[in-house]
Amino acid sequence: MDLLEYQGKALFAEAGLPVLRSQLITDAAEAEPAARELGFPVAVKAQVKTGGRGKAGGIRVCADAAEAAAAAADILGMSIRGHRVEAALVEEGAEIEREMYLAISSSRRHRGPLLIFCREGGVDIEAVARRDPSALVRTPIDPLLGLCDYQVRDVVAAAGIDPTATTPAGKPARQELGAVVRKLWRFYHQRDATLAEINPLVLTRQSEVVCLDSKVTIDDNALYRQTDLGGDAAEDEREGKARRAGLAFVPLDGDIGVLGNGAGLVMSTIDQIADAGGSAADFCDIGGGARAEVVAAALDVILSAGTARALLVSIFGGITRCDEVARGLIEVFGTADVSVPVVVRLDGNAAEAGREVLAEAALDGLTVAPSAEEAVRLVVAAAKASADAAAGGQAAGGEAL
Amino acid sequence: MAILIDETSRVLVQGITGREGAFHAGRMRAAGTNVVAGTSPGKGGQVVDGVPVFDSVAAAVRDTSADVAVLFVPARFARDAMLESADAGVRLVVCVTEGIPARDMAEVTAHLTRRGSLLVGPNGPGLITPGRCSAGIMPAAVFLAGHVGLVSRSGTLTYEVVNELTLAGIGQSTVVGMGGDPLHGLGFLECLERYEADDETASVVLIGEIGGGDEERAAAYVNEKMTKPVVAYIAGFGAPPGKRMGHAGAIVDGSSGTAAEKKAALEAAGIPVASAPADVVPLLRQRLERRRSR
Repeated sequence: MDLLEYQGKALFAEAGLPVLRSQLITDAAEAEPAARELGFPVAVKAQVKTGGRGKAGGIRVCADAAEAAAAAADILGMSIRGHRVEAALVEEGAEIEREMYLAISSSRRHRGPLLIFCREGGVDIEAVARRDPSALVRTPIDPLLGLCDYQVRDVVAAAGIDPTATTPAGKPARQELGAVVRKLWRFYHQRDATLAEINPLVLTRQSEVVCLDSKVTIDDNALYRQTDLGGDAAEDEREGKARRAGLAFVPLDGDIGVLGNGAGLVMSTIDQIADAGGSAADFCDIGGGARAEVVAAALDVILSAGTARALLVSIFGGITRCDEVARGLIEVFGTADVSVPVVVRLDGNAAEAGREVLAEAALDGLTVAPSAEEAVRLVVAAAKASADAAAGGQAAGGEAL
Repeated sequence: MAILIDETSRVLVQGITGREGAFHAGRMRAAGTNVVAGTSPGKGGQVVDGVPVFDSVAAAVRDTSADVAVLFVPARFARDAMLESADAGVRLVVCVTEGIPARDMAEVTAHLTRRGSLLVGPNGPGLITPGRCSAGIMPAAVFLAGHVGLVSRSGTLTYEVVNELTLAGIGQSTVVGMGGDPLHGLGFLECLERYEADDETASVVLIGEIGGGDEERAAAYVNEKMTKPVVAYIAGFGAPPGKRMGHAGAIVDGSSGTAAEKKAALEAAGIPVASAPADVVPLLRQRLERRRSR
């Protein structure tokens, strides 16, 4: 689950990480009072789950109330890389001396958390590392030992902060940075994060260290023990329905509905459809067993968007026998209202028996393919025929007018 | 001995009194596996299908010398179950469970590495040496004993390709489903090293998918160290960035981990990549024939 900046910062604050005072607004009228309370200058920042919002005009620094109101009016409702901005964060300003980068993320390669720090933030850290390797720290954290003191010292050394610099409260800036690194690790570990990124982590003119942004991903598999975090609000209706039915579902842009039993199998089917000149409307993995009620739920989710012109059901029977799967499909397709042509591909355990059972049932609009290759060819042709017919129908309607 | 498991493997089933555990213990035995024990806390002394049940893995290992553990344990208890097996001295832990938190897996892999135990999975079908030992949930009926090693991130794609191999009369030495999670045990690299060293394996099929860089590292290894022919298949060319395609680990992050990138890396290492699962067999035949004619 990806968190928005303000959600991540709320958790940062709980974990004792330094963040600026801010208020969340969803209406432009709220910008002015929020800004007045925080004091000028303020930053108005679009809350979206995508990068590049600065370049897109989603972050504005405002010197007075009029500017804040105007910025909020522009930002709320704008679209950044296809994400509509529903909320903005009004945040007090900071006098930035230097921007740095700090993150902990789950690394496949290291099979655990990886700490990354760069002396310069807000930029391509790989490029900085090429120019000056001493500016970058990249160190795996042992999941059983946790963050070690030497790793914190490495970060502080790479930061190159003036050893005599102290905050207004009299604390050494270097020590403040070390504390941020430790707190970020504690946060990452305790909150089951798979990404906790601060870009930029800022050193202010007052020698304070502040998290100016947050990018946090919480492990979906661990939400059961992060109960206060709630669900993913950004999930759309179909994705929610699919999740509740135990389906792995991703909507795509094409017009061929796809469902199958296995993530790899469905991905592979989508690729083969593309190779044959078609385009999938979704990714839908119904998991093992291919039980009738699961297939029915998948059909409901896939067809409710109204974009599918044809449907491919691809089942490989491993432990499950294909003739049992076939009887389940007959039960589903015999009762469900499916208005698009359906192609079924059965292979594996008792595949021939399964195909026979389906062929005998002779369901209207349902074709049984003899192979995966043929199934893909048939469904691409069916979708194309349906698209052509629709285009023809529109043209005919135009003539009648 | 094929790789990782064979007829001498002594398999223990953790969670044997549960529905899944009991079902798959029976199937493993039917596939020729020597299932020597089961565990289920509080149910020690029972017998499931002729297999003695123990309260703890340590007790089971002491009495039966089990060296491979297959877990049928829900996600939130899987961490503890894997640690228990490793601490009891089990050589190979196989975890089928889906949905284990990344933090748990990081801790488990670190601990198992220190103990010297190997891990296959999680979120995968386990592994099989056809006719001799099945440790997991693979449908033994589609497999045939032979000399092709196969390692894969996807369960059903494994069965698809194995089915094609078997129908073509091409048998398999050991087939490993490494699982679809981003943090997992044995990967392509560790399996390829073992296939290369295994007398019974003559060639290898590698089945990858989007996400991470395991395929790229495998390609580098094949290029530098491997003498046996390898062919590959990659799924997920049509996957949009930032979306998890069923498996937790199947996600294109930014612009890295794409299927096109993986295909390019494999081909650059001289590994032909099939355009569909059904094309793996002809591609493999080609490679083997070319080798023979040399």
